[in-house]
Amino acid sequence: MIHAAVIEGRGAFEPWRDAARALLQTGIAPDAVDWRVFDAAEARLDFDALPVPAGGAGKTSAVPAAFLDLAAAAICHSDPARFALLYRLLWRLVHEERLLLRVHADADVAAARAMEKSVRRDAHKMTAFVRFREIVAPPGARRRFVAWFEPEHFIVARTAPFFQRRFTDMDWLIATPKGSAAWDGERLTVTPEPAARPEAEDATDDLWRIYYSNIFNPARLKVKAMQAEMPKKYWKNLPEARLIPELIAEAETRVAEMAARQATTPLPFHDRLQSSFPAETLPVPANNWEALRNQAMGCTRCPLHCHATQTVFGEGPGDAEVMIVGEQPGDQEDLAGRPFVGPAGKLFDRAAGEVGLDRRRLYVTNAVKHFKYEPRGKRRIHQKPNMGEIEHCRWWLAKEIDLVKPKLIVALGATAYAALTGERKPLSEVRGQTLAMEGDRALFVTVHPSYLLRIPDPQKKEVEWRNFLEDLKAVTCLMQAASMTEEDALPRARLAIP
Amino acid sequence: MRKSLKDRLAILSDAAKYDASCASSGTAKRDSAASGGLGSTEGSGICHAYAPDGRCISLLKILMTNFCIYDCAYCVNRSSSNVERARFTAEEVVWLTIEFYRRNYIEGLFLSSGIIRSSDYTMEEMVRIARTLRITHGFRGYIHLKTIPEASPALIEEAGLYADRLSINIELPTDAGIARFAPEKRPANIRRSMADLRLKIEDAGEPTLQTGRRKRFVPAGQSTQMIVGADGASDAAILSTSARLYGSYDLKRVYYSAFSPIPDASRNLPLVKPPLMREHRLYQADWLYRFYGFDINEIVSGREDGMLDLDLDPKLAWALAHRAKFPVDINRAAREMLLRVPGLGTKAVKSILSARPHRRLRLEDLARLGVSIRKVKAFVAAEGWSPLKLTDRSDLRTMFEPKPQQLSLL
Repeated sequence: MIHAAVIEGRGAFEPWRDAARALLQTGIAPDAVDWRVFDAAEARLDFDALPVPAGGAGKTSAVPAAFLDLAAAAICHSDPARFALLYRLLWRLVHEERLLLRVHADADVAAARAMEKSVRRDAHKMTAFVRFREIVAPPGARRRFVAWFEPEHFIVARTAPFFQRRFTDMDWLIATPKGSAAWDGERLTVTPEPAARPEAEDATDDLWRIYYSNIFNPARLKVKAMQAEMPKKYWKNLPEARLIPELIAEAETRVAEMAARQATTPLPFHDRLQSSFPAETLPVPANNWEALRNQAMGCTRCPLHCHATQTVFGEGPGDAEVMIVGEQPGDQEDLAGRPFVGPAGKLFDRAAGEVGLDRRRLYVTNAVKHFKYEPRGKRRIHQKPNMGEIEHCRWWLAKEIDLVKPKLIVALGATAYAALTGERKPLSEVRGQTLAMEGDRALFVTVHPSYLLRIPDPQKKEVEWRNFLEDLKAVTCLMQAASMTEEDALPRARLAIP
Repeated sequence: MRKSLKDRLAILSDAAKYDASCASSGTAKRDSAASGGLGSTEGSGICHAYAPDGRCISLLKILMTNFCIYDCAYCVNRSSSNVERARFTAEEVVWLTIEFYRRNYIEGLFLSSGIIRSSDYTMEEMVRIARTLRITHGFRGYIHLKTIPEASPALIEEAGLYADRLSINIELPTDAGIARFAPEKRPANIRRSMADLRLKIEDAGEPTLQTGRRKRFVPAGQSTQMIVGADGASDAAILSTSARLYGSYDLKRVYYSAFSPIPDASRNLPLVKPPLMREHRLYQADWLYRFYGFDINEIVSGREDGMLDLDLDPKLAWALAHRAKFPVDINRAAREMLLRVPGLGTKAVKSILSARPHRRLRLEDLARLGVSIRKVKAFVAAEGWSPLKLTDRSDLRTMFEPKPQQLSLL
């Protein structure tokens, strides 16, 4: 015998849920239920069908929360088949496969999902295409707006809270053939009954139409793309839609006319403006650090500048006795425009702090002044500068050394060593050594702190960290020696000359 | 005589239409329920209308003024053009935004401007509009401000307090192109602005010491736009610039805008139909790079001239060039490889992976996930389906190419 479940079917979830729960509890299978939409005109006693049994006695079954979300949305669909489909799905969830909803490819799941999607889309289109028109409000009252909208499904109750959250400071009424919603600043009233269309004219619609027709670019006519997102069924209630046929019809002519017109001669103000722009100033020979830095900011000696953000020039006291030379700016340095501020720079600062090397007395710079990298998604992968790039940038490094006149230069890593000496050597051959440079300058070589960051093995990392600290201790000693002795008395004998 | 508001609205929206961006998504959630005011943003944006050019209209996209002291060849507002000029007052922009918003025409405001007097003066006026909307009117809708090149950091910082998104357009993919077509713009300064903004956004994302809360600063991030087809740059050049911009400045979007003929155009530029298909392929390639694990070199290596194939979408083009990697078994393959199958999107791949522990998938199952069987069948193996020799057929490409259009007489 068939059980008839009669549901009013105007989007409310509870009537279906109560009936479905009762049927499930009494173990009535989906094919024994005839789901019907209540129709007052056709209301009659059906002697061939049994009513839905009273539930509550049998055991209740837990269903996944995802099903409730799905069902609450699909129940708003206008297809009368939704009640039976959802009950069948519920039955299968309880009796066959609890994880059924994960199988999007299942025919019932796919059908219910399609309904859910259609409802969500309709609700989304309602948030997009409702157009409020202002009506006269009594003096002193809040401003009043009304809208008429024709949704495909029973979505007014679902969508009304969106309008309440957004248009809180005005009174509004949205009327539709599938119910209405109204807000007065205190209460949101939603009714499922078909509403009458409110009549209203609003002068602001003219401004909107002006905007709509001018933001349209006739050279890119794509009517199908427009209709895919703004189907014709919505047009009759959109104030701007009446312009569409004309805009489409005129587009081609407008573009042709635009192309046919000759370019005109600029008005006088253009020439005045052009002459007011300062001409490119020729670089003056840089004889101080500030000028040198400014010149370096516009450096285009090698192509690296096109990809990096900016030149990252050296930083520190202009008369520092010790200059630290790294490889090149990294990601953080490139963004901030300052050397040694990224992870490797921070590690260097920590090491300097541990051995008592006064960071404020150091001039820090890099062998190459622009960041070289490869993009990988949201990150940039550091790339070693090649000899050509190092060569181009040596010019700036040499100028920095000329101006700062340090007594001791510390090369961090092989690139810095190559830039300072012009030769490539395995770092292991020169590390920890103090070498002589021209101008009575000492060069000390150690590893780049980024090397320490890349060691995966914690024990080896610790060993290398100690070695690095030892190197920096040696730098501290050399620094003290240099400041205590006279400049020319820097004991050459102590330098291991290769 | 001063032009009417209607005339100025016409001029200043016409002048704004060449900017492709109209997004209103991805910002912080907020609404007026507690304040009793006006406006909300709920994560995903809303397109309130579509113009016959197929573009979404989500924001009131206007220029504050189209007077400009710059002379960028590709721009309708360049100083050498004789377009009609107009200017809104700050109050007019505020009024239009709020009245449009109340009628549910828009999600908010996208304000750009020609540069008048100086960068700082222009930016200050724009910031004033955003401040009035937010502070005076308590407006909680979406605000996108274009930042003016060379504007001072303090103004950008204030703009970021009111705006959901800030953007600065790079416009052309190479420094040489910018030097040629936008002589007053400095590409290095544009990159520096983007870097500054990225650092500021990251700073604001750190919880403060006093309250432990994060400052709200440009919650929808920054974006930029590149014009396609105005200079001679190849797709490879455009896409590698995008990749660098994404990697360097954490941009939310790079927009591609097919160069479109403008009224009173400069003689130096092509007056042809905008390359819409090229623009579309660039967007597809951009997606492959950001969401499908493709490298730019993989996408553009198909042709020697560095251009994308206009007849095929870039994923299909890649698959046809790498047939040895197919068919992909949808019941076993890793996510990375599923993402490379032409016709499978990120959603379909997710559904496949979630269904796999429960059953063996057949070709029909893919159809229920909204996948086009015609597109995928040569590239996948499924329960009861193997493409056999289909994958290797030499005419496979022609099955996907657009039908040749009949030549019209005359």
